[in-house]
Amino acid sequence: MNSLLIWPIALPLLGSLGALVWSSRAHLIGVGVGILTLFASSLVALRFAEQGGLEHALGGWEPGLGIALRVDGLAAALLMMSSLVALAAAVYATAYFSDPVKRAVFWPLWMLLVAALHALLLAGDVFNVYVTLELLGLTAVALAALGGSRASLRAALRYLTVGLLGSMAFLAGVALLYAAYGTLDMRGLAGLVRAEPAAWVALTLMTAGLLVKAALFPLHFWLPPTHANAPAPVSAALSALVVKAAFYLVLRLWLDVFDGALTQAAASLLGLLGAAAVLWGSWRALRAERLKLLAAYSTVAQLGYLFLFLPLLLALPPGPGRDAALGGLVLFALTHGFAKSALFLAAGVIQQHAGHDRIADLGGTARALPITTFVLALSGVALIGLPPSGTFLAKWQLMSAAVTTGQWLWLPVVGLGSLLAGAYTFRVLGHAFGPSERAGGVLVGGRQEIPALLLAIVATVVLGLGANGLWGFLSTGVSVTGVSS
Amino acid sequence: MLPQEIIFGLTGVGLFVIGLRGVMLHVSALARILAINVCGAGVFLVFVTVAYRGLGERPDPVPLALVLTGIVVAVSATALALALARRLQEGGDE
Repeated sequence: MNSLLIWPIALPLLGSLGALVWSSRAHLIGVGVGILTLFASSLVALRFAEQGGLEHALGGWEPGLGIALRVDGLAAALLMMSSLVALAAAVYATAYFSDPVKRAVFWPLWMLLVAALHALLLAGDVFNVYVTLELLGLTAVALAALGGSRASLRAALRYLTVGLLGSMAFLAGVALLYAAYGTLDMRGLAGLVRAEPAAWVALTLMTAGLLVKAALFPLHFWLPPTHANAPAPVSAALSALVVKAAFYLVLRLWLDVFDGALTQAAASLLGLLGAAAVLWGSWRALRAERLKLLAAYSTVAQLGYLFLFLPLLLALPPGPGRDAALGGLVLFALTHGFAKSALFLAAGVIQQHAGHDRIADLGGTARALPITTFVLALSGVALIGLPPSGTFLAKWQLMSAAVTTGQWLWLPVVGLGSLLAGAYTFRVLGHAFGPSERAGGVLVGGRQEIPALLLAIVATVVLGLGANGLWGFLSTGVSVTGVSS
Repeated sequence: MLPQEIIFGLTGVGLFVIGLRGVMLHVSALARILAINVCGAGVFLVFVTVAYRGLGERPDPVPLALVLTGIVVAVSATALALALARRLQEGGDE
């Protein structure tokens, strides 16, 4: 029994209720719960590092009848990232909302989002995954609509429609799985799934549903308007955490559950879409006129890289080579999570300070907001993949895996994508360092700039230098591919 | 496979496809929200088919429990979508 596992979910859920009842103190509850949740997630990660895979049967009902919560290296790593990013964004949000109505609505939804996200990461059965996916989608839509403008409402409605369609496809896949194998428990399914039509159709439906939510090219069309028009702390969580939750599920299904039913051709197709996402997303980011739109298109591109890993993981035989590639993938996801949330928070500071986020009119930002400009530069380093950021090591793993498996096609994609990322980063910095007569203090808004700065430092320095620890952590106990190997 | 299962299963798939087509082709927000519900009805029908075990037999309770959860989710999602669509139509924004 590991009742520890319920706390990363229960704490934000209770906090959400508390914030609803006691709305005048909601921001204090939000930050307090953020700290407690981070503490609980750290305990889970520590316990995992000591003992390996953890499992908790809710209410004492064993899987099969009840619902299990499970943690492995992948889930623990993402849980830590999500708790850290959520805490930083919560501190940022205490100084962000000026409208009291929006502030009162924000906090309960925010903590509900965190609870849904953590429940999704720890879910051990496919139906529970569906429920958490819907909870996450609904709270994300409500938060995205908080922007209040017509553009943000329209984007939120489209996000909801597209997301619901994705979950319907996922649910249809769940029905087929139950019809074919009689269980919804992921570990139980992993031992039963064979290469047969029922498994293929279920996998196709579930993957298609998740790809919509993970915004893989060409299903990314809903992401840029939604992420660019949401309030800054919400954009940070949407781009860094929510889309990644859908990718996490793709990974979980492909590597754990459907391991026995996969073909290299299907993985290569996802890889090709990922490659198209890298090039198209980076190009649109370079052409974007607004900073937040640039960040949103950059998310489309960075998610593409994650999908490039899939055909490589499938082609590599189980062993150290595959573990290294998987480590690279997780490192990429984590670095992007921290870097992109930092970038969105910084964009929010600029937007509130200057009243707009048009890239061409950013001149003087470097003098007026030196810390925020530094955050832009640091997150740019992580997005391009320069050392010592985690992305550098992750791209290195990606390219060396491409060489070992002979999938040369991905090499020019990574190269070109990195060049384009360099171009869009320096385009922003070039304008930010432009001339202006305004000069500001060193630190303009501590509660907003310091969280962004810390996130950017984690992405560029901590994850890059501490990557060895992550590889060790991921291979502790039951590995992600442990069921089949 | 029982003939009932085939009829209900295919109807479910058919509804799902009709709903999917509706979401992709319709421009009006209300029509799209309704199309999603048609889509959902198709999926729920597939679940009910999965639960069916023949005349006079007790149905499998698990898929039925899942359908109930699914319906609750669909109702709340529809409510949120309608609220958003109404806000958009009123043009009310600060």
